[in-house]
Formats: sequence, C-alpha cells, structure tokens
Amino acid sequence: MIRMFGRYLILMGEVFRKPEKGNIFRKQLIVEFQSLGVESLGIIAIISVFMGAVVAIQTAYNIDTPLIPLTMVGFTTRQSVVLEFSPTIISLILAGKVGSRIASEIGTMRVTEQIDALQTMGVNAANFLIFPKITACLLLNPFLIVISMFLGIFGGWLACITTQMVSSQDYIIGVRYWFESYTIFYALIKTVVFAYIISSVSAFFGYYISGGAIEVGTASTKAVVYSSILIIIFNLILTQLLLT
Amino acid sequence: MIRANNISKSFGDTRILKNISCTFEEGKTNLIIGQSGSGKTVLMKCLVGLLNIDEGEIDFDNRVFSKMSNKEKKNICKELGMLFQGGALFDYMTVEKNVMFPLSMFTKQSYSEKLDRVNFCLKRVNLENTNNLMPSELSGGMTKRVAIARAISMNPQYLFCDEPTSGLDPLTAGLIDDLISEITNEYQTTTIVNTHDMNSVMNIGDKVAFIYKGELWWEGTKDEIMKTDNIELNDFIFSTELTRRLKK
Repeated sequence: MIRMFGRYLILMGEVFRKPEKGNIFRKQLIVEFQSLGVESLGIIAIISVFMGAVVAIQTAYNIDTPLIPLTMVGFTTRQSVVLEFSPTIISLILAGKVGSRIASEIGTMRVTEQIDALQTMGVNAANFLIFPKITACLLLNPFLIVISMFLGIFGGWLACITTQMVSSQDYIIGVRYWFESYTIFYALIKTVVFAYIISSVSAFFGYYISGGAIEVGTASTKAVVYSSILIIIFNLILTQLLLT
Repeated sequence: MIRANNISKSFGDTRILKNISCTFEEGKTNLIIGQSGSGKTVLMKCLVGLLNIDEGEIDFDNRVFSKMSNKEKKNICKELGMLFQGGALFDYMTVEKNVMFPLSMFTKQSYSEKLDRVNFCLKRVNLENTNNLMPSELSGGMTKRVAIARAISMNPQYLFCDEPTSGLDPLTAGLIDDLISEITNEYQTTTIVNTHDMNSVMNIGDKVAFIYKGELWWEGTKDEIMKTDNIELNDFIFSTELTRRLKK
C-alpha cells in the first residue's frame, strides 16, 4: 500500500507540470469538459430528480404528528440534498461513470503502446493525458453538483404536488426555511476534493497497467472501488473538519 | 551512430539483458534478431529511454544518454522516431492529426506548413488522401505506414522499428521493409529494426545482431549470416521447413 502511494505521488509529480503547449492543453480541456462533464449531465439529472422525490415522500410519510409542520418536508429535502446527497452520492456515481472511463481510456493507451509513443517523442505523457482530465473534473464537477442540488429539490417539489402529500406552498416555505449559505460552501469543498480523488486515482490505475484487455478491466474496477472508498473516508474527515 | 556499451537490464531477479555491447551505424539498417522472449524489445526500449538500464552506457553520436539531464534527454527524443509493433497511432485522432502531432507539439510552424509536411510524409509512404481516416478504418499495412509517416515527420536522425512486419502478409511486409530501407538511405538515419522475420533480414539487413537469451550472440552482415556455423543462430534461421529446404 505504501509503495502504491509512493508511485501515486511520483505520478502526480509528473502530472502537475506546466503543459508543453498551451493551445493543445486548452483543446484537450474542452474535449474533457465534454466527455467527463457534459456527457454525465443526463444520468445526474435523472438520479437527482428521483432521489429528491424519494427523500420528500419518505419525509412526508414519516411525519405523522401534527406537532411537526409539513414545511419540514421541504426543509429536510433541501438539507439532505445539499449536505449529502448531491456532493457525496453523485460523486460516487461519477466515480463509477467517469472513473472507469478515465482508467480504461488511459489503460488502453498503455497496452496499445500509445503512451510509449508519446514518451519516445519526448512528451510528458502523464501531464499530457492526465492533467486535462483532473482540471476538467475540478472545474466542472462543482457545476454538476449545483445542478444536481436544484434538480433534487425540484424532484422533491414534483413529488409533493403530484402525490398531494404536501402543498406546493408548504414545500417552498420549507426549502427557504433557515438557509445557511455555509452548507453550499461545505458541499462544494467536498465536491472539489471528491473530483480530485475520482480523476487522479482512476488515472493512476489506468496509467500503470501492464498486460492486455483483462488488466484494463481490472484496473477500471479497481479505480471505481478505490475512488469510492476514498470518497467515503474523506466524506467523514471533511464533515468532521467543516461541520463541527 | 548509436553505441551500447555493456548494458544490462533486470526485472526483479530475472536478468533480461546481459552485458550487451553493440554499435548501430549511421545510414544503415541495423537489424536485431532473435527468438520471442530473447530480449530484443527490452533492448530497444532501453535504447529509446523507455526503460532505464541497470548497468552500462548508451550513447547517441557520442552523447551519453544515461548522463544527460532530463532536458537533454527530451531533446534527443525529438531526434528519434519510433515505429511500434501495433503502430501505436492515437486512436482518437485522424491520420492527419496523428502525423501532425509531433509538429504541433514541438514546432512553431503554421497550420499550412504543418499540413504540407503531413501531406509530404503521407505521400512518401504512399498514403495520399487518407488524411481524414481514423486509425480504426486502416488495414494493418496502412497503420504501419501511417506510423512510419508520423515517425519521419520531424526528420529524425534515429529511426527505431519494433517488429514492423509482424502480422502482415509477405507482400505488404516487403513494402514496409523497402520503405524503411529507402528512408534510411534517403535521410541517412541510424535505423534499428527488431525482427524475427528472415525475409526482412535478407531484404534490408545491412548489419545484423543476433540476441540469444539476453546476450549478443552473433554480429555480421546478411551475407555472412547464411554462412555462419553458429549453432543457435542456425537453429533460429533454419527453423522452418522452407528455409531448411532452401539451405539444402
């Protein structure tokens, strides 16, 4: 494990260098925005709306005393979505989607000698391939998570008005009740850390593959498993640091 | 000229290269032959700097590679072109972008200058009008030719080819061999070719080095190779029924 961490640090040392050509880096960054970010919008939207709806219904279902106002449904949905669901669960889903993509893409380039070809040309392959992916994830994931927050809360509202468990007015009052902007800051800090974990850990597993197609599959699986575990661990650490 | 002096390389406890000393001459096609697993590819990867050697020295025209700074190593890399066994074309780029890639990375040429050079290189390998094809649309022979075009786009002084004819039919293999030989003569490059194809040896082998179990076992020309009494080399050359019959 220590050896693996050492290799990871060495790789990151290669990654975080000034790109060889600024214009090529910018072009790659746009490609990565598209493939790692924009292409994830669909799954994020679907999961966010449905998860927000489920949270709202479950909360309404559990309020069976008149002492708790129905506005709590909106409040609880907002807090769940902003504090935990959007930054953590969506990051775990991105670890599966984006992480496996990064690991298999870089891994395939390794086994087909494309990385060797870059190195023989004198290109810093780690910087060329991984830096745009990490940058794209760091820049775009916070936007994806903010969109997820809106859609999650919207999903809750949709569930409330279609099931008529809570009125639209009560839900909106609840959503606006006792809002602390610090929770958004906390969520975005988590998102940025998770984005770094997803992109760098997945790239690490892809970059050091040796073998063939089976190893690419193994690396892809490892990337998702390790990223997910690290996200869970860092979720606890960051929550402890930022919310207590 | 590239010179390997006493180079050794191990992976764990397994010694792959054992004190290899060899000179690869300028303007000649230098062939490294040997059985699969003999250490040919490891030797080539050591020569191009993809693997670090454990002992010995490699020098490129009296510039010792192992003593160079990273910047100097990077500059040497710009002087070499390499053709990988599978072509190693970037699969998300078109043929044109693949060949243009080294020019875009390391020169300040305008797009039209780069395009002229790309078209020249593609014409050189007889692949005009393939600019917009993706690597997945190319045949094995075309892939190798595009890889050669990419390798020569920067006018390299040193050209490395790792099993350039593997997986190709004899006719296409002959074309690739001829192309490598013509480029070597035309640009006076120091060309090193890894192969176990005896047709390539007889076609283009100006100088041949035989690697056996990680050691340099025999060196000579393609004419000398047919007359040698080296047992291991003879076993390698005359391993097929066809070559045995030809010898008789």
